Amino acid sequence: MTVLPYLVAGWIFLIGVYGLVTSRDLIHAVGCLAVTQSSTYVLLLAVGYRNGGTAPVFADAPTDSRVVDPVVQALTLTDIVVGATVTALLLALVVQLRKRHGTVDPDALSELKG
Amino acid sequence: MDTARLLPLVVAVPLLGAAVLVATGRRLPRLVSDIVGCAFAAATAAMALLVLFRAGHPGPGTYPVEWVGGWRRVGIVLVGDPLGAGLAALVSLLVVAVLVYSWRYFEEPPRRHTGSFPALVLVFQAGMCGFALTGDLFNAFVFFELMGAVAYALTGFRVEEPKPLQGALAFGVVNSLGAYVTLLGITLLYARTGELGFAQIGRRLDAEGPDGLVLAAFVLVTTGLLVKAAAVPFHFWLPDAHAVAPTPVCMLLSGVMVELGVYGVARVYWTVFSGPGGLSHPDFTRALLVLGVLTALLGAVMCWQQRHLKRLLAFSTVAHTGLFLIGVAVLTPEGMSGTALYVLGHAGVKAALFACAGVLLDRYATVDEHELFGRARELPAVGVLFALGGLGLCGLPPFGSGLGKAAAEEAAGHTAGWLPALYVLVSAVTGGAVLRAGLRIFAGVGRRPRDEEEGGPETTGEEEPETGGRLVRIPVPLLAVPAALLAASLALGVIPAVGSAVGRAGALFTDTGGYRRTVLDGHTAAAPAHLPPHWQLTGILLGLLSTALAITLATLAVRRPVHTGTAALLAPVRRLQSGHIGDYVAWLIAGTALLTVLTVPGVR
Repeated sequence: MTVLPYLVAGWIFLIGVYGLVTSRDLIHAVGCLAVTQSSTYVLLLAVGYRNGGTAPVFADAPTDSRVVDPVVQALTLTDIVVGATVTALLLALVVQLRKRHGTVDPDALSELKG
Repeated sequence: MDTARLLPLVVAVPLLGAAVLVATGRRLPRLVSDIVGCAFAAATAAMALLVLFRAGHPGPGTYPVEWVGGWRRVGIVLVGDPLGAGLAALVSLLVVAVLVYSWRYFEEPPRRHTGSFPALVLVFQAGMCGFALTGDLFNAFVFFELMGAVAYALTGFRVEEPKPLQGALAFGVVNSLGAYVTLLGITLLYARTGELGFAQIGRRLDAEGPDGLVLAAFVLVTTGLLVKAAAVPFHFWLPDAHAVAPTPVCMLLSGVMVELGVYGVARVYWTVFSGPGGLSHPDFTRALLVLGVLTALLGAVMCWQQRHLKRLLAFSTVAHTGLFLIGVAVLTPEGMSGTALYVLGHAGVKAALFACAGVLLDRYATVDEHELFGRARELPAVGVLFALGGLGLCGLPPFGSGLGKAAAEEAAGHTAGWLPALYVLVSAVTGGAVLRAGLRIFAGVGRRPRDEEEGGPETTGEEEPETGGRLVRIPVPLLAVPAALLAASLALGVIPAVGSAVGRAGALFTDTGGYRRTVLDGHTAAAPAHLPPHWQLTGILLGLLSTALAITLATLAVRRPVHTGTAALLAPVRRLQSGHIGDYVAWLIAGTALLTVLTVPGVR
């Protein structure tokens, strides 16, 4: 087991956050949020990986064969479903904002202050 | 029937109701879909109360635990301990109140979408009940995101207006990022222990000593929950979202959703990290106390500065969340039960205040304190409710919020002697701001405020009414619901049985060993020795003091001429609330760093 996947997960999270903070376009910002979420997939799968393990499907493999952790795969799938919902909802809000406001630049949205 | 079997139904019934409404809502007339929505919410409330009643009475199998589908080893566990079940009951009752309120509130739902609002509220209810009842960390994340996603949609429900969209977007981005941070922490815990249940993780962690990984997991998990709880500096989304969401939604957001974040922090700490393998008690107290005090002070200061009524109430929620966090941070059964009672009383009072603000919005198409000056003299009933709400917010005895505040501040006083003063000050300032607005709007006391004298960034309250046209006569539900909520909040402080039940709930909640034995081994947990919240002389006097202070502040504010000195002094603080999503995300990361710094001495 190497430490590389964990570093990759951390790096993906950080560049996603960096993109969110500096974003000048809300669609880009929602994309960056999806990027930060990808780091959770990478971390989950890295945690459940076993060297030499195969997919946790026992249909054509002996029941004592070495497999990767199926729990994290279920968690990742759930996470993807959650993420898809949130991303779709936020993008819909951005589309509507563009219609009503005529802009997707967060710097131009200044009605809520103080 | 076994009460434990009801636990999954508390989550499933509202979801079923939402499905029914989505399938049939478009064909049903408005009245029928509202009744269907209310019926499903009320049925859930009845079941949650039944679970609570069972959990609140000592006997064999003290509180119900249900392994969904009978999968004991890897399954999903729902736990009806008195505090979680109580929160689920509170959520359900408030949802019923909100659905009755919105019966006449949204007079014109979007054409051919009659059932969409009650359906969304029911999904929201399912998410919140699930979060309160779950005994599993990953499920807590799923319910966290479920209630989050519905809350974003409800915040931006009026899609034809630009402001709600902005608020919903900031809410969505910041909260989802918080949820993903929590998931990173959950993954680390899974990597260490191979478990996902609160009780299982806690047991495995306690088999070894704490190290950097456990601490990192604690910081990450807590960050997301604190984002939901709107602790400083994670709070920026809250005023933006609460100020623009439809009023019935605000009642739920401020009344229970934010408090569920505080509950999450307390639940995760007590069941997972409070043993020898987690974070030591002094370290947790220090970290949460710092954030709680910052939150309370900043919320109070910002609350006083607002003229947008809903934004004012939103910042008062931030301030009170700070007080709740302090009550959790002192780590005693008394602090926990006092805070639980404070949350119950606060929910009634705050929802009633939002309901009054909603009446003003629909009648005058504004919630701006300056614009409404003296105009609502014709609504004495709403004025009385608003004033009572303000007094309840100050902690005036015998409101439930007053009893909760008294118990929590006493418990906090044992940890640090100056904390009761903070409770008094913060509740006086937030209650005073509400009373000041009430005096101006409903009585027209003092000088008419002039806009040009105000400096700095400002959100004013020019809004579209949420009904089809402006209200001429106030419909009965719009008055009955806040009146009932205030009466309930008052009753909480008067009925002694409430105090003893909450005291028992707090004692069971803080009994980590008992929780683990009940969930994992099926043993019964007896409530350890505890002191239920009850009226004491010091508590009554401090409650009266904060009320007197609030009335003085409010009278001074409406009498004295507006001067810009304090406003100029606080302008930098107000500028932080920039409405920019990037800034809010940067603050979230800064907050995570702060939390890390505060807990690092815990590494041994």
